[in-house]
Amino acid sequence: MNGEAVAAPQKRMLIFTRSVKGKFRRFKWSMLVLAYAVYFLLPWLPWTRQSGPSQPILFDIPGRRFYVFDLVMYPQDVLWLAMLLFIAAIFLFFVTGLVGRAFCGYYCFQTLWTDFFIWIEGKIQGERPARIRLHKQPWNAEKALKLGATHFAWLLVSFWTAFTFVAYYAPAGQLLREFFVGAAPAAAYTTTGILTFTTYLAAGFMREQICAFVCPYGRFQSVMYAPQTLAVHYDARRGEGEKGRLAPRQGLKTLEERHAQGHGDCVDCGYCVQVCPAGIDIRDGLQYRCISCGLCIDACNQIMDSAGFPRGLIRYDSEENLARPVPAKPHIELRNFRVIGYGIALALMVGFLVYNIATHQPMAVVVNQVRQPLYTTLANGDVRDAYHIRITNSSRRDEVYAISAKGLPAGALQLAFHDVPIKTGRSVEVYAWVRLGPQHAAEISRFHFVVTPRSEPDKAWTGVARFFSAAGEADGDNE
Amino acid sequence: MSQNPSQQGQQAVQTTGHVWDGDLQEFNNPLPTWWVYTFFATIVFSIGYWLIYPAWPIGNTYTRGFDTITYVDKAGQKVTSHWNTRALLMEDMNKAAAFQKPFFDKVLATPYEQIAKDPELENFVMATGHSLFENNCASCHQTGAQGLVGHYPNLTDDDWLYGGRYAQINYTITDGRHGYMPTFGEVLEPAQIDDLANYVASLSGIHADPAKVAAGRQLFHSDTAGCFYCHGEQATGRHVIGAPNLTDQIWLWADVPAHHTAQGKIEAIRKVIYNGVNKGVMPAWGDRLSPVDIKVLTFYVHNLGGGQ
Repeated sequence: MNGEAVAAPQKRMLIFTRSVKGKFRRFKWSMLVLAYAVYFLLPWLPWTRQSGPSQPILFDIPGRRFYVFDLVMYPQDVLWLAMLLFIAAIFLFFVTGLVGRAFCGYYCFQTLWTDFFIWIEGKIQGERPARIRLHKQPWNAEKALKLGATHFAWLLVSFWTAFTFVAYYAPAGQLLREFFVGAAPAAAYTTTGILTFTTYLAAGFMREQICAFVCPYGRFQSVMYAPQTLAVHYDARRGEGEKGRLAPRQGLKTLEERHAQGHGDCVDCGYCVQVCPAGIDIRDGLQYRCISCGLCIDACNQIMDSAGFPRGLIRYDSEENLARPVPAKPHIELRNFRVIGYGIALALMVGFLVYNIATHQPMAVVVNQVRQPLYTTLANGDVRDAYHIRITNSSRRDEVYAISAKGLPAGALQLAFHDVPIKTGRSVEVYAWVRLGPQHAAEISRFHFVVTPRSEPDKAWTGVARFFSAAGEADGDNE
Repeated sequence: MSQNPSQQGQQAVQTTGHVWDGDLQEFNNPLPTWWVYTFFATIVFSIGYWLIYPAWPIGNTYTRGFDTITYVDKAGQKVTSHWNTRALLMEDMNKAAAFQKPFFDKVLATPYEQIAKDPELENFVMATGHSLFENNCASCHQTGAQGLVGHYPNLTDDDWLYGGRYAQINYTITDGRHGYMPTFGEVLEPAQIDDLANYVASLSGIHADPAKVAAGRQLFHSDTAGCFYCHGEQATGRHVIGAPNLTDQIWLWADVPAHHTAQGKIEAIRKVIYNGVNKGVMPAWGDRLSPVDIKVLTFYVHNLGGGQ
């Protein structure tokens, strides 16, 4: 700060995007419809279960159960969630290595909601010039009405987005009834309030600022580009020629005329800049603000068509290909060390997760030895140890579990319940006692509990348990 | 930030205009506007807060605020008070009690034997019984109900001073018990007590002097000592008065298991006969716990493994 001039932070330039038609625009719309259909409809679809909510996906936090279609997840299955997040991360890397920031451009909820908000804005306020005019004009009835309607629509969408999110955590129908009479839990109101506000703020106001300054994924995806990675590029060599881009005028209308005078194919119409939701000029080269949505490709292709020039001045291509003297046809390059590595990791992790879920035990058993007292001397001198066996039925149907022991003399095992009926999703704790005569008590220090589901005897659970007695204690070691 | 404002060119920070010692000036760096408004908002917020919640101390009292909490106190009276955390706790306790009521009603309506056959109900009773036991009983009987030799009986074994059936355990908890054994040191000769100790030890298979055992057996069944009045002809005890069974391997008053020699074990027994027992007091819980609490505790103690 030694008297040097410091650039003041640049004031944000508001972006008014122009609409465009083309295959990327169509793809974006179809992704949006698909994503919204899944997100907004899923809580309202019926789903039949033997026990549990009649909703396909429900994260029951107080009940500590995650219902995902026909899968019921218990707290001990949190590994699956961790695996899913790992897989999602690796999948993102994998896709980024192939086609750049495809996630940002087509799937990210920031992109989807911003896109939808801009669509609402366009429906109410009109096309780009109309919106700019409205923005610049002083406040009057028209401006108040149009802006008010826009913000009201945004708020409605934000609210429904937030409410739908909450509906994944509470039975949707019941929540809806309770919500508007003030009977829903405080957490529902708080969450809906916060998400309404953040959705409104992020999709209505912050928009591309989120991608540029808030989101870490966009930034670290940039470093995952390889030279072979496909990304949205402007073919500068073709567009600029030797003397640069130039608007068409008399004598500069056909390609032959332009090439003869050294000008490129870019007619400098600015359409690609106007359609960009990130507000950048793709002709400046690949840049961190580019979310790779392809709208500039649609825009440029439209102009090229009308001028009678070949398409693809802006296109998906790789840096490597563009640097070639004669660029080849752009294609997805799988032969890349990084991409292959991510692919292998992805396959292994998905395989592990599928295997883990498929071979999931239909029950969880925990045996706790009672340690106070560690053992009890009985009237006739026998020694008895006590155990608490907790069985959780994590299968999808009611089940009866039989408890037995291996490695004990006949009659040594006493149980509060021999056959334990447990409803699906419930736990029962069974008290068990092992009673041994002084002779056996001195000899036996280990045995096994066996818990067998009656309907699936092959999936029996076996766990080691220990037997303590004064004899073992006197030796100082029970092993 | 301490450079001379004149060096800062166009972006020079304004000064307040005060100058000391010729060149000492004060920068005028106003707070960010959003910060100032946030600060004002907190002031507005606090006014609402004072109105709703207890806030200002006035002498030995305070402003109570308009918010109220209504709860039912322990005497069953409905109380409405200003908002405070103690009332909030009572309100939460009321809610919890209302939530538990159907379960306790079911326990009260179900016979013990039926509870023992229903895994879910049994689990509820054992879990509730555990916390009731820890709160009320564990200070004497210890956290695992294992008792303390010389003081409090072990409730996990299969020996019962006053009987191990549901009705007997329920009676013991409700009305309490008081165990008593006379001080035989005042009545008998030391040699006689020694004989008795040897005899009692022999009943549990402890190696004792046969001559003393014979003398002790005779004394035990004689009117001189009169042990059999309470402990019975077979020395197997009597539940009605809480006289322990002397023929089993379980010891409460004499710390026999702590000794590894027959001599030590007999000495431990001798001390008890000499001094008698007058500390076997179990308080009555009938006026401190509700009938359903006692039923839950009865089931819990019975099902720790020793119930009959």
